[in-house]
Amino acid sequence: MPESIEITVKDLNFYYSGNIHVLKKVNLPVYKNSVTALIGPSGCGKTTLLRCFNRMHDLYPNNRYEGEILIRGENILDNTMDLISLRSRIGMVFQKPTPFPMSIFDNIAYGLKLKGIKKTGDQSELVEKALQQAHLWAEVKDKLKASAYELSGGQQQRLVIARALAVNPEMLLFDEPTSALDPLSTAKIEELIEILKKQITIIIVTHNMQQAARISDWTGFLMLGELIEFDRTDKIFTTPSQKLTEDYVTGRFG
Amino acid sequence: MTREQTRKIEGVVALSLSTISAFLGLFWLVFILGDVLVHGIQALNLTLFINDPAPAGVDGGGLRHAFVGQLMITLCASLIGVPIGVLGGTFLAEYARGKKIARMISILSDIVVSVPSIVIGTFVYAILVKPVGHFSGWAGAVALAIIMIPVVLRTTEDMLSLVPWELREAAFALGAPYYKVIIQVVYRGAATGILTGILLSIARVAGETAPLLFTSFNNSFFSLDMNHPMSSLTATIFQYAMGPYKTWHAQAWAAAFVITVFILILTIIGRLIIKWRYR
Repeated sequence: MPESIEITVKDLNFYYSGNIHVLKKVNLPVYKNSVTALIGPSGCGKTTLLRCFNRMHDLYPNNRYEGEILIRGENILDNTMDLISLRSRIGMVFQKPTPFPMSIFDNIAYGLKLKGIKKTGDQSELVEKALQQAHLWAEVKDKLKASAYELSGGQQQRLVIARALAVNPEMLLFDEPTSALDPLSTAKIEELIEILKKQITIIIVTHNMQQAARISDWTGFLMLGELIEFDRTDKIFTTPSQKLTEDYVTGRFG
Repeated sequence: MTREQTRKIEGVVALSLSTISAFLGLFWLVFILGDVLVHGIQALNLTLFINDPAPAGVDGGGLRHAFVGQLMITLCASLIGVPIGVLGGTFLAEYARGKKIARMISILSDIVVSVPSIVIGTFVYAILVKPVGHFSGWAGAVALAIIMIPVVLRTTEDMLSLVPWELREAAFALGAPYYKVIIQVVYRGAATGILTGILLSIARVAGETAPLLFTSFNNSFFSLDMNHPMSSLTATIFQYAMGPYKTWHAQAWAAAFVITVFILILTIIGRLIIKWRYR
């Protein structure tokens, strides 16, 4: 398992609308080319933590960060950070599939256009590559001009993953990507995540502990905004060092 | 009576009342449309569209001046009203979403929608006709645009608000700046609704008479000059229907028929777009 640290979260505090303290002094490493799962009961702050990595909270007024998130020494919470370039480096996949109201091709090409790749030839090549990576190419190659809404929920989610992959990100954030999907589509997404981690770093928020156990290498357990424990996934699920973690992963609460 | 019986009786009463109301409403609608159709078709002929009016009381004139005037005034009104309405709606739904000012403007434009159109006519009279000293096509276009703006603005706002917020977040997450998110993703998602709103607002102003009487007034001659009084179908219908000549009455019916069909077509196109988009 690769061991080099990609991101360091240092004493991260986060406040919603000025003063609601949601994340409390979170410290966490994210290892390169691995899958890090964030688990914990509803409202524990795992999604809030995930959305710090691409500064999604900046879309809403009065949210405040304290502390540091260092990517190769650069603090992305810095006020001078260019959010547009940050977000093009760190992709995000949401709970519900979010295809844009346009064709399958244009969905994937959207990020490319933002990056200034405008030639149709270059686009076609990269669109195919992204769809191959997301294991969707075989299913859609004959209907690239069709609306993305014609795809099934599982296909839409892979389309969204392909769209995020097309811009060649360093990292992908998954916010409960399978909670709206059937078991078969879920299995496909999980397979995909295992393959993708060879090239990129992945953080996934999940409610499903089996899922965390199946696909992640590292797991962080959060409760009430605090990171209770962070360790290798097998350790968290077999011999956690904290009583709270054990109670949670064995299903005694949550 | 048991509760079950009461419930059944209540059901029958509610059903009959709503059925009767529906038919009452429909009856008048069919009556009006039928009347316009019957009288209008009789008076409809080609000279109506290609000839300008003959001297009063003489046969053979047409209403070309009114058709052209109506089109020009409506077109200019749309060119003024649609961009302002769409951009304003965008401001409310996107940049000012959830802010006090957005609520205030929304409420204000709802009020403007319900202001009698004649009031808007007199307002434009005061600012564009009186100072200039004469009626003009532009004044008419501005009056109609003022009526259009709140309609387009509110539809745009509503349609944009219907686009799921997650879609915007997804676009932001790819590194898109806000204006690109709006233009490339949100507008696309709301395009059908906005377009329908625009068509319906054009249909709405195309049938207005009162504001035009104070602004573009009327003109018995063919004119393309928006700086001068300009004829419109609705004002002509008013003038001809009130006039003493049989031929005028017939032409007023024909004009009423044409404008009804025009509005009907706009409305149908609006509906078709919705259907075609969501098929």
